[in-house]
Amino acid sequence: MGNMSYLFAAYTIIWAVVFGYVFYLYRKQRKLQRDINSLKDRIDEQK
Amino acid sequence: MNGKGFLRDNVLLGLGLVLMIAALYLIFIYVPTERDMGVVQRIFYFHVPLAWVSLLAFSFVFVFSILYLWKRAMKWDILAHASAEVGVVFITLVLITGTIWAKSIWGVWWTWDARLTATLVLWLTYLAYLLVRNYATEQTQGARFAAVLGIVGFIDVPIVVLAVNLWRTQHPPALIFEGGITSPMLLTIVVSIAAFTVLYILMVILSAYMKNSEIEINYLQYIAKSN
Repeated sequence: MGNMSYLFAAYTIIWAVVFGYVFYLYRKQRKLQRDINSLKDRIDEQK
Repeated sequence: MNGKGFLRDNVLLGLGLVLMIAALYLIFIYVPTERDMGVVQRIFYFHVPLAWVSLLAFSFVFVFSILYLWKRAMKWDILAHASAEVGVVFITLVLITGTIWAKSIWGVWWTWDARLTATLVLWLTYLAYLLVRNYATEQTQGARFAAVLGIVGFIDVPIVVLAVNLWRTQHPPALIFEGGITSPMLLTIVVSIAAFTVLYILMVILSAYMKNSEIEINYLQYIAKSN
């Protein structure tokens, strides 16, 4: 593997992990927000 | 999220993007190629900021853990947990980029050098920190155990920093503080460190929102059941 390939591999992994983590946070937060809204609706119906 | 928080997050996001684009320009276009190592030396401009942010993250875990054990306020635990999670992501990248760089320069993926070993121990410590929380039967118990681990685990942070001075290591010393780099290199590394610091703050905020939402769900589930 040449020096350029090592450089390419390092930067590709960094961006893949950073974007992957941010995407995971974003997806999970959206799901949690949906759950919060449905729970609030359920509590309102029970009143 | 309130209006003020939304504005702060967008300002941070904008600043982070500008800094990251500037860092990429400096790394791949502006800074000259290093004479001895060649093009692969450019890994340095992300490897060092990632290491800096990891150590910053674990230092904050230390501070927030002390505050949690002292005040018993949930916000400190949420911030410590978020900072540890982001720190583990960054320290993983430090180890990966370090092994890639080592392979190209030293000819081996890994060597049991003091700096490398201390960094691996740091990674394992904070991985354990995250696992302790997941396996605890009670949320407050998990938070308490994790806080203790967050404080004890911090002992390894100065060891990682000082390893190159305390032992004979293959890992190069901190060239930034010893004047071993040229002005274009210094500018590039400073901008890259700033970009990753803003990215770290943004990630901690996002992660803390998420953990806050999880607590809110637990509370709402309790209300829904008791009605």
